[in-house]
Amino acid sequence: MAKSKNTLKLKFDSARNLDPAPESAAIAKIADRYELFINGKFEKPSSKKYFDTINPATEEKLSSIALANKADVDKAVVAARNAYDKVWKKLPAKERAKYIFRISRIIQEKARELAVIETLDGGKPIKESRDFDIPAAANHFFYNAGWADKLEYAFPNRNPKPLGVAGQIIPWNFPLLMAAWKIAPALATGNTVVLKPAENTSLTALKLAEIFQEADLPPGVVNIITGAGNTGAELVNHPGINKIAFTGSTEVGKIIQKSIAGTNKKATLELGGKAANIIFEDAPIDQAVEGIINGIFFNQGHVCCAGSRLFVQESVYKLVLQKLKDRIETLIVGNPMDKNTDIGAINSKQQLDVINNYLKIGQQEGSEIFQSSCALPKKGFYCKPTIFTNVAQSHRIAQEEIFGPVLAIQTFRTIDEAIEKANNTAFGLSAGVWTDKGSKIFNMTSKLRAGVIWANTYNKFDPTSPFGGYKESGFGREGGLHGLGGYVEV
Amino acid sequence: MSTRINVLKTYKIYINGQFPRTESGRTYEIKNPKGEVAANVCLSSRKDFRDAEVAARTAFGGWSTRAAFNRGQILYRIAEMLEGRKLQFVEELMLHGSKKLQAENEVELAIDRLIYYSGWCDKYQQIFSSVNPVASSHFNFSALEPMGVVSIIAPQQNALIGLVSLMAPVIAGGNTCVILASETKPLSAVTFAEVLNSSDLPGGVVNILTGKVSELLPHFSNHMDVNAVCFAEDNANDIKLIQENAALNVKRTAFYKNKNWMSEEAQSPYFINDFQEVKTTWHPIENIGGSKSGY
Repeated sequence: MAKSKNTLKLKFDSARNLDPAPESAAIAKIADRYELFINGKFEKPSSKKYFDTINPATEEKLSSIALANKADVDKAVVAARNAYDKVWKKLPAKERAKYIFRISRIIQEKARELAVIETLDGGKPIKESRDFDIPAAANHFFYNAGWADKLEYAFPNRNPKPLGVAGQIIPWNFPLLMAAWKIAPALATGNTVVLKPAENTSLTALKLAEIFQEADLPPGVVNIITGAGNTGAELVNHPGINKIAFTGSTEVGKIIQKSIAGTNKKATLELGGKAANIIFEDAPIDQAVEGIINGIFFNQGHVCCAGSRLFVQESVYKLVLQKLKDRIETLIVGNPMDKNTDIGAINSKQQLDVINNYLKIGQQEGSEIFQSSCALPKKGFYCKPTIFTNVAQSHRIAQEEIFGPVLAIQTFRTIDEAIEKANNTAFGLSAGVWTDKGSKIFNMTSKLRAGVIWANTYNKFDPTSPFGGYKESGFGREGGLHGLGGYVEV
Repeated sequence: MSTRINVLKTYKIYINGQFPRTESGRTYEIKNPKGEVAANVCLSSRKDFRDAEVAARTAFGGWSTRAAFNRGQILYRIAEMLEGRKLQFVEELMLHGSKKLQAENEVELAIDRLIYYSGWCDKYQQIFSSVNPVASSHFNFSALEPMGVVSIIAPQQNALIGLVSLMAPVIAGGNTCVILASETKPLSAVTFAEVLNSSDLPGGVVNILTGKVSELLPHFSNHMDVNAVCFAEDNANDIKLIQENAALNVKRTAFYKNKNWMSEEAQSPYFINDFQEVKTTWHPIENIGGSKSGY
């Protein structure tokens, strides 16, 4: 059995003392004020109100964003309906596809600017927005564009028809990517869209609106209305929409599911998670440790499928824990615009408060806290990467979604115990399994009740790969062939 | 003429492979077309539903991991048993007001539909699954898994074919279920439970209750350990109630508003797919594209 004293001690100070490597913000053209994107034009809100969007890394104001009220939502839905009836429905599928291809290409052309804005507005490390969010968003449009004229192959023995107008509400953790996940399949299947981005992170969605104009997308095919929860509620409850696609918390998802009861609106819900990441003694331990780190600290842990519950087999617990602590010490926390930064800013003050509250709860419940010894910037919203040990199944930090860089570690002895503990949650979005034994992987992956299972890897995404949850993590899939199903009548 | 007195049947409910009476001790009368009492049927309670749900949850692990081929054989066995008891079902449907020819058609179609879904048990997976060509060096596939426990409110009309049409795709896909039989025409449902019970179907996979829709619908839809609800009437209030209750634990719902269960369109693998989850699995591939050996 491996012993922890064999661990090679890493020199932490050298990793911390890298010279600054900041990405330039000069490429980002951010207007002082953004209006609502309705019927192909930017329009002033009838609310006459605007709200600030700030950079969570510096707390500086970036821009003012229009607040859409009921009348604005109505205008957007009417525009989407008109575009559906008069233009989009009648357009041959292969021509529809060309617009979506165009959008993908322009996103690629403007990738650098979009990445910088995404990081400024949301606080995520530039290396993530540059290497993941923006390319993945472009790829989602490209992938779905190709489906537009091939839908009859996706639904054997059926003639799939679009639903009409889709109302889409997206979260603040992957702003442009979530917009792509929602808009691309909706357009490819022939629907029109009213999209509401999260109020903290509207900028890249509004840049996307400019891209729609540049791509000459017919007016009204996609409308983007900005605002907070009230705007979202107006959209959900608008009688003119045929479909709601929502990504966000389970709490809000349930409210949406209830509020569309008795209507003919269809829904796709991609909700919260509390994923188990399970490490067996025969796992490739170093790779597993990287997988644990990536699983919980990717995007500051603002990930619905984050591997926030770690289950380690008892025989390797000490070793894994030591390696984890060592690795956490090497993580670079700070300025998201620095290309070396691993963990950027928490998306908002509000979310930082939520996370800090869970840090308190975890300790009150009797768990042991370990945090990186790194220093945090004076301004902005930051949280040290954190792990909890001595965690019980009943603890709130093991049951509730924290949505931050906080890992709850538990141990197990047998496979059955691992499965039982992993499945003992109301959620079922994702899970991770680490072992070098193939038959054990398939045993685990078939028994874990979750929609996405990563074996010997974690937090991988692809436009061809369906994503979505079991149980209270929502229903419907996004991505791949299965992602088309939420936007058609068969 | 014989003076033999007929033995009358007690119509009980079906939970966990057994035929208990309702724990509530209540019954309601079912009358034949002449207005005579044909049977006293159990008026099931919330507690009966909860017992049935526990039975269904307990049976789910075993049923969902049965070989698909084996599930197909069991569905076929149900059809065989039904074929052998055709006459009894025809009589019961006639007690509920069907004409003889109608009743015969319905029973025969029910048998054929079971065989239809028997065949699908080990085939729908290949129709709806996929291997996904991801850009990174991973092997990635999406396969179907059953949702879990499904509560089914059987159609009021066409009591036998309606029940079979909803039940068969649900269990063919590896789910377990609790079914509320047609309130006004429950007799064939209870007799069908006897068919199930002699078909190698494990106890608890299908549980059948009789009683009032208005009383049981809230429980069928608000139970926190039910994964999906299936409803086939076109009643806006009932649908709204189910949808609202479903939101308590993000239940999946399927509505088949007044579908003609005697028609060909009332059977397809899409009915199975309605009660399936899609699970996507990733695994790295070592050195993809970089290897010099192989081709």
